[in-house]
Amino acid sequence: MSITSPPANWFQKPTGGERTWLGLAIAWCLVLSAMMPYWHMKGKQNSTGEAYSVKPLDFFSRVQRFEAAYKVGEMNGVAIVQPPPGSDIYLQAMMWQFRPILKLKKDQTYRLHISSLDLQHGFSLLPMNMNFQILPGYDHVLTITPTQSGEFPVVCNEFCGIGHHLMTGRILVED
Amino acid sequence: MTQLEGVSSADVPAVARPNHAPGRSRVCDTTGLTVCLRAEPLIKINAVFGVVALLIGGIGAILIALTRWPAVHLLPAHLYYRVLTLHGVNMLIFWIIFMEIGILYFAATVLLRSRLASAKVGWIAFLLMAGGAVFVDWSILSGNADVMMTSYAPLKAHWSFYLGIVLFAVGALAAVGNFFATIYIAKRDRTYTGSVPLVVFGAIAAGIIAVVTLLHGALVMVPTLLWSWDLMAAPDAGWYRLVWWGLGHMSQQINVCAMVSVWYLLGTLTTGAKPINEAVCRSAFVLYILFINLASAHHLLVDPGVDAPWKIWNTSYAMYLAVLASMIHGFTVPASIEVAQRRRGFDRGLFGWLFKAPWSNPGFAAMFMSLLIFGFIGGITGVTLGTQQINIIAHNTLRIPGHFHATVVGGTTLAFMGLAYYVVPLIFRREYPLPKWCRAQPYIFGIGMVIMSLFMSFAGSYGVPRRHWDVEFSGAPLPAGFDAGAHVMLGIMGVGAVFAFIGLMMFILLTVWAVFFGKSNRGQPMRAWTPAPAKLADDDHHGAHKTPGTMALVLLLLFCFVVYYFANWKALADVWHVR
Repeated sequence: MSITSPPANWFQKPTGGERTWLGLAIAWCLVLSAMMPYWHMKGKQNSTGEAYSVKPLDFFSRVQRFEAAYKVGEMNGVAIVQPPPGSDIYLQAMMWQFRPILKLKKDQTYRLHISSLDLQHGFSLLPMNMNFQILPGYDHVLTITPTQSGEFPVVCNEFCGIGHHLMTGRILVED
Repeated sequence: MTQLEGVSSADVPAVARPNHAPGRSRVCDTTGLTVCLRAEPLIKINAVFGVVALLIGGIGAILIALTRWPAVHLLPAHLYYRVLTLHGVNMLIFWIIFMEIGILYFAATVLLRSRLASAKVGWIAFLLMAGGAVFVDWSILSGNADVMMTSYAPLKAHWSFYLGIVLFAVGALAAVGNFFATIYIAKRDRTYTGSVPLVVFGAIAAGIIAVVTLLHGALVMVPTLLWSWDLMAAPDAGWYRLVWWGLGHMSQQINVCAMVSVWYLLGTLTTGAKPINEAVCRSAFVLYILFINLASAHHLLVDPGVDAPWKIWNTSYAMYLAVLASMIHGFTVPASIEVAQRRRGFDRGLFGWLFKAPWSNPGFAAMFMSLLIFGFIGGITGVTLGTQQINIIAHNTLRIPGHFHATVVGGTTLAFMGLAYYVVPLIFRREYPLPKWCRAQPYIFGIGMVIMSLFMSFAGSYGVPRRHWDVEFSGAPLPAGFDAGAHVMLGIMGVGAVFAFIGLMMFILLTVWAVFFGKSNRGQPMRAWTPAPAKLADDDHHGAHKTPGTMALVLLLLFCFVVYYFANWKALADVWHVR
């Protein structure tokens, strides 16, 4: 019984169905584990966590310089920037907006730096549903290659106060 | 003497003797077990406070669900975030941990026939926990802590919120210490012989994980409290997340251990099930203790500052041994029931034993549904979302609460509800009113939870964020939104939540009624939920340990697992390239 002490010889090898299932379960758990290093080497979507320490104010001035250098327009008061392919690009999260709007080229690779000036935020790219964490003090670098063209909303998905649901941004991708 | 198949005096070795002082124990009229009269009121008060927290969290639950149902959108934004904080803290921390402390006291005293180590420590621990809980709830309701359960620094709450959490954790730690002291006394006084029963073994595993969890809690909450008093700089955001999840996810593993112990307990009480191989079941609990911390890393899989090898290693420790543990229990629990049922003569075909199971016993119905929901929905989604790269298409979306409502609510909470249908008659010695309503309750709650968690998950696949007031983003400077499919998913999720809420309210009303006004059953056995089952055949009955039905069930589970897992890799392969 599970509520009384077992007989003294309770330590027995598993037999029958239990043994079969144990073997299957171990094999499956090994597959689960092996998939991650496999994808790390062969897959195209990985979170390597590349990050550098950065003071919020320093990140703010980098974003300012980046905007000034590559600004090509504005949408609803937010600057649109078009950086050259292969370059370092910046996205600043703060209560409650992302800036600037990034204009990228399809199939070109960029080093996207994201950080926060205040609280923790979430980077959620729609409708693909790609999500990364944004922390103040951490310059999070995503080496990213858009594989589709169009307009893609970015929304915050880490709670950041009463205006959380107003926090949006935008990435534009051209062919 | 007994109508509960699990217990008979023949099981109790003659050399072992309870260690209660005269007049400090009673013999249960139903099971013949010895109940420590100093532990009994502590078991009761912890269970009562658990149910109070469940009620507060439950009212929060329906308000949140009706806000996230886009066609209803009930609460204004500030109240939504406040109630969501209240819901998370009361459900995930207070309801579950109060219940678990009750279960630990029960396992150490009643099942080991020992006296409680210290009633005084028990009451001080309870007062700390209750005081902490009141502090936290007051802090949230007064609008001083709209920070979600996770209170991610540098998002700052009023100090009373952190202090309440610290008090609650210290109290829980003292209660767990009392539990271990009781185990020690039982061993010293030889109140049992040989090894502890399996359910106690599971409770000990839960207790060990609880200690490690609560130490993480102290490590993260004490500096945070000092920060809220302006005595320290703000904790680093990445550090906070790392240590907080040592508390946040490990605490859910206390739930898993407690829930699995309750599965074994209810399996025994409702069908007379007996573990086929104690070594296998116990080893699985040991795997939880050793490897469960890996789930803490599941929350940092798309974080900056922790690199890919760290993420991959800490996600699986090379072979997912904690997942293996759950897969083992997922076999051994139904297998033990299948064996017991077949020995009763319910031996027809693959599933005759299951169809003839005591489905009208709410203890059994809750337990078996808990097993299915935890395994098929909670387990499969949890492992998949906790895969390093797949987390990119899941992190902070509704897929995450979709997963954990299937584990913690459809799993743990439903199992604890099933337990209540025995705790109230056996410990409070009061009968439940309206047996038909009791029988229906686990089904209404369980089915509601299945609908809710599945459709929450589906909405999350569209990228709908968790902890978010407005999927329309109305008023945002740059428009965003989701297609009609996501809205439909959220609507169905709302319907499921309404069902689950009705089931929850039935449970609370029936239980409160039973505890305060139920018919007393002192001096007689509890009213049986189902007619006394046929006697078990002899242990060496031909084919006694054949479990083809369970094998079919777990193979179905594995099939669903493989399909869901690789479908997610396929979905991941379709998104932008990122490193």
